[in-house]
Amino acid sequence: MRLKAIAVNTFKEAVRNKVFYLLIVVGILFAFSSHIMGLLTIGDRVKVLKDVGLAAINFFSILIAIFTGINLVYKEIDRKTIFNILSKPVSRASFILGKFFGLSLTLLVALASMAVIFFLFLWLDAGEFDGRILVFFLLLYLELLIVNAISVLFSSFSTPILASIFTISLYLIGHISWTFNAFKHNLVRPVEKGIAYFFYYLMPNLEKLNIKNQVVLNTPLDAGVILDSIMYAVCYIAAVLILAILIFNKKEFQ
Amino acid sequence: MKALEIKNLSKSFRSNFLLRVYRILKGIDIGVEQGEIYGFLGPNGAGKTTTIKCVLRIIFPDAGEISILGQPYHSTEGRRKIGFLPEHPYFYDYLTGKELLLFTGALFSLPKKDVQARASDLIRLVGLKGKEDLKLRKYSKGMIQRIGLAQALIHDPELLILDEPFSGLDPIGRKELRDIILSLKGAGKTVFFSSHILQDMELMVDKVGIILNGRMTKEGQLSDLLSHTVSSYETVFAGINPAFLQENGLPFTRRDDAFIVKSETSDEMNRVIALITGNRGRIVSVTPVRMTLEDIFLKEVRE
Repeated sequence: MRLKAIAVNTFKEAVRNKVFYLLIVVGILFAFSSHIMGLLTIGDRVKVLKDVGLAAINFFSILIAIFTGINLVYKEIDRKTIFNILSKPVSRASFILGKFFGLSLTLLVALASMAVIFFLFLWLDAGEFDGRILVFFLLLYLELLIVNAISVLFSSFSTPILASIFTISLYLIGHISWTFNAFKHNLVRPVEKGIAYFFYYLMPNLEKLNIKNQVVLNTPLDAGVILDSIMYAVCYIAAVLILAILIFNKKEFQ
Repeated sequence: MKALEIKNLSKSFRSNFLLRVYRILKGIDIGVEQGEIYGFLGPNGAGKTTTIKCVLRIIFPDAGEISILGQPYHSTEGRRKIGFLPEHPYFYDYLTGKELLLFTGALFSLPKKDVQARASDLIRLVGLKGKEDLKLRKYSKGMIQRIGLAQALIHDPELLILDEPFSGLDPIGRKELRDIILSLKGAGKTVFFSSHILQDMELMVDKVGIILNGRMTKEGQLSDLLSHTVSSYETVFAGINPAFLQENGLPFTRRDDAFIVKSETSDEMNRVIALITGNRGRIVSVTPVRMTLEDIFLKEVRE
């Protein structure tokens, strides 16, 4: 009940902020630009439409995830609204989880609204409904949740600027971390191998959740791989949230 | 069983860079009986807010014990009994006054129906009727203080902790807050509040604790502290030449045709009276000036 109250309140805060709508509208406009690019393309118009449209949605939803995530937790600490919450019989874990679920709901609404508009464009333009794009959106949503959990973690102990830098860095590393796995076979020294392992398992592997190329190029999706990616995302989110709670439990608010 | 009992509470902070240790609380003892109004008095930086933050577990004490109505302060049961109004409260400004109360009710896991009824009563009590559907960003400082008090009362707590509740209130607001606090006392609640507005404190508290530099320097019933504490005597008289007073080394002030002389001791007062009457002066009044809370406080600070 307390967790739900905090989650609903977090959602309210996000959706009562005009910047949230601005980002969604800009995201939709960029997705719409894919329609114009499609018109200018010689060849596979639908491919360009999907490629540019999904990339735009991906970019803007990640932007929303990073900035709402950092802003909403840090603001509680900066404006001392957290004093009022923690003085109530509310555990710190409920606070962190409430914030996370509230933000997850916000991201769901943002992504869903962009997705609906995209499907509409696709249907109007190409007259098709590609169910595989739903899988793309599901995995993108999980990626947003990982970014969301990371931003909650960082903003629980550092300033918004540092938290943004850390989160964006981890997001970028997350898209190349698979290379550590590829590297480790070429490394001979155990220390180097160890470091490669360490980074590969510690950093998020966000490329695991990126199936845009398969969707755009119409190559087959492997259900087993997708299930594996979903499990990975859920475990990673849980681990990050546990860490955030452990840090937050020790934090003093002066 | 005390409403709030703090024993030997210590708290220090480290500076970020040099890791220097600052001892903010140096073994504080506070005892608040049930049903009393306790005024927690101290200058800025004395440790008032730090003490309150320890009680609420916003920060963690280094040592000491805190119990709330017999419950450990960190227990859910203990915290359920507290209503808290922070200093310079800032609540979610995107919520309306009523939404804030409903949200606070949900944090106490109260049934929504009960909270709604209680919220309407409290909005009336704190004088915000008609303003409850405005967003908090449109509230004035005084209105925020009022809605802050309402949210502190939403679960009908037994112990109310108010951090500087009078700051930002105009004289009417202060009077109304005093009345609310006194009515809470009438309903059997305990109120613990920090302040440096001494006049407000003097008008309503039962017990006072003075904290200075992280230590409690005085704690006791206000009536005990103030009684038998005549600080000076004020003698008002007329019919005397001011030059005579100057010759006798009596510093005086004038009020219309009368003169006022302040004496620190009763012997000195007797000497003044003898001098005046001996020179055909007319005594208008002699008033013993009792110490106010402010005098006691300033004396503690000086010592």
